[in-house]
Amino acid sequence: MKKLLLTTLFSVTALTATAAQAATYDVDNEGAHASVNFQIQHLGYSWLTGRFNDFDGSFEYDAAAPEKSSIEVVIDTTSLDSNHAERDKHLKSADFLDVKKYPTATFKSTGFKSTGEGKGEITGDFTLHGVTKSITFPVKRIGEGNDPWGGYRAGFTGSTTLKLKDYGIDYDLGPASTTVEITLHIEGVRQ
Amino acid sequence: MPSHLKNTSSGYGWMAILLHWLVALAVFSMFGLGLYMVELTYYDAWYKGSLDLHKSAGILLALVVAARYVWRLVNPSPSALSANRLEHLAGHAAHLMLYLMMAALFVSGYLISTAEGHGISVFGWFTVPATLTGDNQEDIAGDIHRWLAWGLMGLVALHAAAALKHHFINRDATLVRMLRRIND
Repeated sequence: MKKLLLTTLFSVTALTATAAQAATYDVDNEGAHASVNFQIQHLGYSWLTGRFNDFDGSFEYDAAAPEKSSIEVVIDTTSLDSNHAERDKHLKSADFLDVKKYPTATFKSTGFKSTGEGKGEITGDFTLHGVTKSITFPVKRIGEGNDPWGGYRAGFTGSTTLKLKDYGIDYDLGPASTTVEITLHIEGVRQ
Repeated sequence: MPSHLKNTSSGYGWMAILLHWLVALAVFSMFGLGLYMVELTYYDAWYKGSLDLHKSAGILLALVVAARYVWRLVNPSPSALSANRLEHLAGHAAHLMLYLMMAALFVSGYLISTAEGHGISVFGWFTVPATLTGDNQEDIAGDIHRWLAWGLMGLVALHAAAALKHHFINRDATLVRMLRRIND
């Protein structure tokens, strides 16, 4: 279902993208060359890190015309993994992400501003816990080029800090833990 | 082995009586603790401790129930006091269900805590290793564990009601022989 949705989305973006000469990249989640990580302070004493194991996405990117870049990522919130079963269960419950009600989180870019060679600021709608907000955060290209198996790849990284309250998550984790930092590492294979 | 520990064909020995009430007390305590601990929040002092106790006690209870079942197998079963064949069968089925539901509770509880591949430490004495791990295992096992717990309480209520019926309506020794040893 998710695959079908993305394939459809893909063909639509691919069609419209031809004119702009930007290439479509499919995020290499099968080869696990992409990850969606998060980190949040534990009591203000250390960082607790976790990840979402299942997500899918694609992006449009052309080094010659970076302002045409766009990205769409769909995260399966039920795949949350902080390497601790009871904590995962709690984070997925109604106290936090309420994944039964909100099984996905999505990011869909609405704009991109180049801030230099291989750098930029991406703006888009982020939906988490049923709340959609427009966010802007810096992204950086790590590299791009041919891979040894006949494909062409490009990889980026970006991270942003979100206020949990902004997304309707108000469980009291203490004053040091009101925000969560989400980091996206993606490598895409040009289609 | 002293004979007063063992069952006879008409009554329970002290071992069966002790195990019955130990398990009853533990099951009620675990149910209460379970309901209570899931309502605790991050800043409650017992947020961590309650869960550790529930897990450790659960593993020990599983061992006690297994031992109790073995004891039941190697001992004579006191004959039923009800003459009604249907009631006899229903009682037998209910007792079997009590064991099965307890077993399913132990398994589902174990599968919640070990879903990420980490074992369960029992009061720091020893660790029960993880086996099965799967996607969303902690959520699925958690739902099953909660429904089984309520289901077991329903069955326990029926079990208690049946014991009281024997005592007050049939006026037989079914309840009394689980409270003390009856001499033949």
